[in-house]
Amino acid sequence: MEEKFIKAFKEALELEDRTIDLTDTFRDYEEWDSLGHLSLIAILDEEFGVVIEQAEFNKLNTVGELMVEVKKRMA
Amino acid sequence: MAFQYIPNIAVKGMAACVPKKIEDNRELSLFETEDDRNKFIQATGILKRHTVKGSDLCASDLCFQAAETLLAEIGWERSEIGYLIFVSQTPDYIFPATACILQNRLGLSQECYAMDISLGCSGWVYGLTTIASLLSSSVNMKKGLLLVGDTTTITKSPKDKSTYPLFGDAGTATAVQYEEGSIGLKIHAATDGSSHKAIMIPDGGFRNFFSSDSLVEHEIEPGIVRNSLQSILDGPGVFTFGITKAPKSISGVLEYFDIKIDAIDYLVLHQANKMMNEKIRKKLKIEPEKVPYSLPEYGNTSSSSIPLTMVSQLCYPLRFRHNVIVACGFGVGLSWASVILETNKIVCPPVIEI
Repeated sequence: MEEKFIKAFKEALELEDRTIDLTDTFRDYEEWDSLGHLSLIAILDEEFGVVIEQAEFNKLNTVGELMVEVKKRMA
Repeated sequence: MAFQYIPNIAVKGMAACVPKKIEDNRELSLFETEDDRNKFIQATGILKRHTVKGSDLCASDLCFQAAETLLAEIGWERSEIGYLIFVSQTPDYIFPATACILQNRLGLSQECYAMDISLGCSGWVYGLTTIASLLSSSVNMKKGLLLVGDTTTITKSPKDKSTYPLFGDAGTATAVQYEEGSIGLKIHAATDGSSHKAIMIPDGGFRNFFSSDSLVEHEIEPGIVRNSLQSILDGPGVFTFGITKAPKSISGVLEYFDIKIDAIDYLVLHQANKMMNEKIRKKLKIEPEKVPYSLPEYGNTSSSSIPLTMVSQLCYPLRFRHNVIVACGFGVGLSWASVILETNKIVCPPVIEI
């Protein structure tokens, strides 16, 4: 799961060449912008069948928190 | 889910009008880098947009011209038109209703039921439902005009890259008739007012009166500067909403009325942006050939996007064939609705430019 999640996450934000840590605050990435955000929403829906409401999404800060939320919603 | 079936209703003609002036996203200085611009165009599919900027045109003027062109070709007597509905979020005045002004401008009879509906992206489907219901309950008037248009380009801040390059202006006219034996309309409609702030103009209405503060610009983030009379668009929130609600509404109405997706000739989506619309299309597993786009040429034209897409992209099949069409509008409100309709060789002049 973690590997698949990181792969999807990197693809959405075009971070393929980077090392991602679960403690990273994803909004601090230089690559984080509104289109990246939309790509992330789309890829989480496509790969995991998960759509996180905007209000809930705004509470998430780190890559790890996002992954936990996706896992929770898949269950 | 709220479903409606309105039998004996037929769409007999459609026309669309856009302002002549074009803004090209490939020439816009709003983007910081070329890379930003290319990414934007690739994701949204929007190359250019028509705008009323620099003219004194209102949505009602674009709708008026569309209606005149449609009436000239369809051959209806104006005295036969008993219903006029104007759907817009950019009316002429706070009051009176623009539909009243249009009744007179179009030379319709005073024996005419005219009203405005304030909806955007979902507006054509809601307007069609409303006019069809009125025609169904009418005792003696069997013809109605649905005028749907918006000039949202004037509501966007030129310093807001999250809204400005997305929107275009257009006005449309749809001729609707009560006709025994016509298949009619099958509709699903829904609302989520909890997210009403996702797309809004905060000031200038009666909740927040216009004041000098309304004109103060705020920097929301770099590249997003606007005042309180200019439109907010929560892109990610609306994206999440669109890719969730639109496919459910479309598959919901098809399932409820037991219509197979293969029986559909065209799926006409509100033209939000390409990324969102393609997500919706793929979720429904519909071939790209069946899903027309007017986004590259016209952008997101709010309430008029469904009829403008039909007129600009489906003119030939509309004029010469029988079609089963599903249309889905989703956005400001938040409000969304889907309709299944059949058209049979309707009047459809090419898009008019004024």
